Formats: sequence, structure tokens, C-alpha cells
Amino acid sequence: MAARVRIHEADFDVGAELAALQAGRTDIGAVASFVGCVRGHTREDDISAMTLEHYPGMTERAIEAMIVESESRFSVQAALVIHRVGRLLPGERIVLVAVASSHRRDAFQACEFLMDYLKTHAPFWKKETTPQGERWVDARVADDAALERWGLASANAAGGQGGESGGG
Amino acid sequence: MKLTLKYFASLRESLGAGGTLDWQPAGEPTAAALRAWLRTQSDAHAQALAPGRAVRVAVDQSLADESTPLRDGAEVAFFPPVTGG
Repeated sequence: MAARVRIHEADFDVGAELAALQAGRTDIGAVASFVGCVRGHTREDDISAMTLEHYPGMTERAIEAMIVESESRFSVQAALVIHRVGRLLPGERIVLVAVASSHRRDAFQACEFLMDYLKTHAPFWKKETTPQGERWVDARVADDAALERWGLASANAAGGQGGESGGG
Repeated sequence: MKLTLKYFASLRESLGAGGTLDWQPAGEPTAAALRAWLRTQSDAHAQALAPGRAVRVAVDQSLADESTPLRDGAEVAFFPPVTGG
């Protein structure tokens, strides 16, 4: 059985991954998924590439802990998180979060919960390439607010610039 | 005490990827005390780890408060707010 948290440079096949998540199972009534992609522009600039860095080891541990937390909050039959790193071009997929559940509500909610958690607590960093050069993406206060809706305090963006962010 | 130090993203660009460190803390060995000591090591450290800068810390690969006590052999990472997804 493939790991349910995977970090790599290569692209992923959304259809194949969703099929694998429910393969051979009859207890799954709903599969919800989120795919985040690289946008080709922010409010200010065109983006020609996005480079993603992460903290090997911690990333996998942190996301696995998030899945365990989602299992304590929702009815989760299976979950999968794939996150790409390295240099990505506009239109390319960055992240896949998929949750299989008996019913749609738990699948939708667990998927959104995992994505909100990942945005503020998984150690990834994005760098945009613009006509003005390269720059690190600022964390957004809105992403902390999204996690706080689930009753979890988050101060990832505190003290930072709180600007525009690409991707999911 | 021996520590493994890691930097990521903009901090890695300013300070390098990190490495092993033999640190003799003057007081209680917390992540905050380590950050303060690192600031004394160079102008680049003083700037990148300045008190007003948004710097997050992980101890043994878990996000941690700066008041977290460090154990001998700990892995301590400093990095900017995360921006994945």
C-alpha cells in the first residue's frame, strides 16, 4: 500500500489516485478532493515559475499528524496528501488532498480541514519568479483565519507582510 | 550541548543550510535563547533573526514555541512563516 503522505517533484495523476483510494472497498460512499495549481499572475505581477522548498522529514510527520487529527474530527475511511516540490510552471498541479468517507459531508469537511491545516502548519515555502526577479511568497493572515474556523489557533502569518500568495 | 541547526527558505539563503553546533547556553537552553545567541554570530544572523522578524521554530521536527527547552542532541530549525498548498 502506497504511503498516504507523499512529497515529490513529479506530477501526479488525479484520476488514478482517486481510483486507488477507493479500490476494492465498498464502505466508501464519497470521495472529495482538492487540487491546488500554480497561477500565472498575482494582482501585481506575472508569474513565470514557482519554486517550492520543504523540510524533509518534518513535512511528512506534520501532514501525517494532520490526517490523524482529521480522523478524530470526521468519519475518514481513507486520506491522501500529495505535495510537489521543486520548480513548477503556471498551470501545473501543486497539491492533491483527497478524503474518502461514508458520506459526502465528512469527505468535504475533512478535505477542507486538511487543506486549511496544511496551508498554515506544513513546512513548505514558495518562491515566485516575476519580471522583477525572484521573491518569497508572504504568508497570509486569511489562511490563519481559515484554520481558526475549525477551532485551532494559528499565528503562522503573524508579524509578516500578509501579502498575496499563489496556489491553493 | 550539541544541536543540529537547520535553516529554510529566505533564512537558508542568508545563513546557509545550518549544521551541527556545540552550544554552551548562559542560562536556560530555550529556542529563544538559541536565537538570541545566533544573532551575535554575524551581521547576517543579527539581521535574519532580528527580534521583529517573523521567524518560526521547529524543535525535533515539530513546530514549537520559542520558550521550548532544548535537549542535548535536539534538531532545531528556524524558518519564515510557511506558504505551502
